[in-house]
Amino acid sequence: MSLPPRQIRPLGDRPRILQMQDLDKTFNGNVTALHRMNLTVNEGDLISLLGPSGCGKSTALRLIAGLMRPTSGRILWEGGQGADDLGVVFQEPTLMPWATVTQNVWLPFRLRGKSLSSVRSQIEQALALVGLEKFGDSYPRELSGGMKMRVSIARALVTNPRLILMDEPFAALDEITRQKLNNDLLSLKAATGCTIIFVTHSVFESVFLSDRILVMAPRPGRVVKEITVDEPYPRGLAFRTSATYGDIARETSEALMSAMGDAVEEHA
Amino acid sequence: MTIADTTDTRPDQTVIDGSKFDAEEARHARNKRLESVGKWALPAIVVLLTIWGWDHVVKVNNIPHYILPSPGLVAETLYEDWGTLFPSMLVTLKIAMMALLVAVLGGVGLAILFTQSKFAEMAFFPYAVILQVTPIVSVAPLIFIYVDNRTVALLICAWVVAFFPILANTTLGLKSADHNLRDLMTIYRANRWQRLRYLQLPSALPYFLGGLRIAGGLSLIGAVVAEYVAGTGGIGSGLAFRILEAGYRLNIPRMFAALLLIALLGVAIFMATTILNWFLLRKWHESALKRES
Repeated sequence: MSLPPRQIRPLGDRPRILQMQDLDKTFNGNVTALHRMNLTVNEGDLISLLGPSGCGKSTALRLIAGLMRPTSGRILWEGGQGADDLGVVFQEPTLMPWATVTQNVWLPFRLRGKSLSSVRSQIEQALALVGLEKFGDSYPRELSGGMKMRVSIARALVTNPRLILMDEPFAALDEITRQKLNNDLLSLKAATGCTIIFVTHSVFESVFLSDRILVMAPRPGRVVKEITVDEPYPRGLAFRTSATYGDIARETSEALMSAMGDAVEEHA
Repeated sequence: MTIADTTDTRPDQTVIDGSKFDAEEARHARNKRLESVGKWALPAIVVLLTIWGWDHVVKVNNIPHYILPSPGLVAETLYEDWGTLFPSMLVTLKIAMMALLVAVLGGVGLAILFTQSKFAEMAFFPYAVILQVTPIVSVAPLIFIYVDNRTVALLICAWVVAFFPILANTTLGLKSADHNLRDLMTIYRANRWQRLRYLQLPSALPYFLGGLRIAGGLSLIGAVVAEYVAGTGGIGSGLAFRILEAGYRLNIPRMFAALLLIALLGVAIFMATTILNWFLLRKWHESALKRES
């Protein structure tokens, strides 16, 4: 297994990977974290789950990751789910401090019983994709916050999974580093053709990155609007400053505002 | 630039003068040099002064050597009795080290068992606590009654004292693995053994080493206390036995010499565990990292 670039097809012509059907998650029998969520994920998608805290976006991610069971509803993996189908990037880099960068990226393979030498070329490729090919022997503490996040992304990529889940991965980084990583994430997606579900609470990040945005609202956590960003990749500064970008950002913000307004009224 | 160069001569003007910072830098560097010398020199001076003071007190007051021997006499006794004291030291060291080894195996083993099975922890943890809080001096006589082999009995006593910090610390360490990393292990479908080996054991290492440092000292204490309890009746030959024996014979200089060896042994064990700690954690753990201030 290596990292061959998958061709990204245009929206509407992508094979299906996963379907969430009427997904419900209730905690302690009364707190509804997620209400009737439906989502179809197709190969090559970059889908953002956008919303304030408590809107169920992380819950949705944890359900897909298999870290929780839904109260009702189903998640269907096309062709069944394999052990290497998922890569995950958390909000924190979540690296093992006692292991070098290479050993950290090796982890998913190591858990499959693969020796370092047998997968070294994949690890090196993944590190090169995130621009850290020279840092294989460094320990996480020697790296900056942004670099640690890159290692985390390399680890999620290295097995060439069908789907990568990212839970507010850049939320803790400074604005400049975050923009750089946003750009790099898009080049990385172009290079590998990977499929990503990206949780964020930043309107601008979601518009810049995704081809589909699911706007979510709290109490109960639910999807209130799906917005398609039909703008070809690669996207760069030109897109960031374009009228289209502004329009979609406004549409997204308005959807978010009206959903939040509902929530406030419900509790008024 | 100084005040003299400017036309504005307000008396309260603040001037930031570069040369003052150089002076500050120099002072900082000097302090650092002093500190690095002082770290070794100061304790050495204190020890020398203490020995000198001790010697002085003995001489001035004409204290007889069977009450308080002079440091010179202690050194002389240590040299002359080396043939008896050194083998005794090895006996005590052997008991302490064997006890520490068993404490490590038992402590880490039980800690792993406790984290693998909640029921095992519920069932056995109270016993571990009881074992820990009961003073060894009060249990040791029973152990010596029930266990015929003297070495084994000594070992059990020292083990009882030493194993708890390792058990408690390692259990804590195994449980404090990063929760995101635990989720990651679940997502990658790691089995119990992989979770333990790749996540929990490395996470527990700093905690275990902290426990080991305490247990190292305790194993020596356990060994010495057990020898005291065993008394001179048996075929004892450890350092504690030598102290008891010397006490009965009012050979106070030898008591001091043996005491000195026990103290040195304790320091040596502490240093060994400190070095081990540094060696295993120097690459990644906060506690072992040097920070430039």
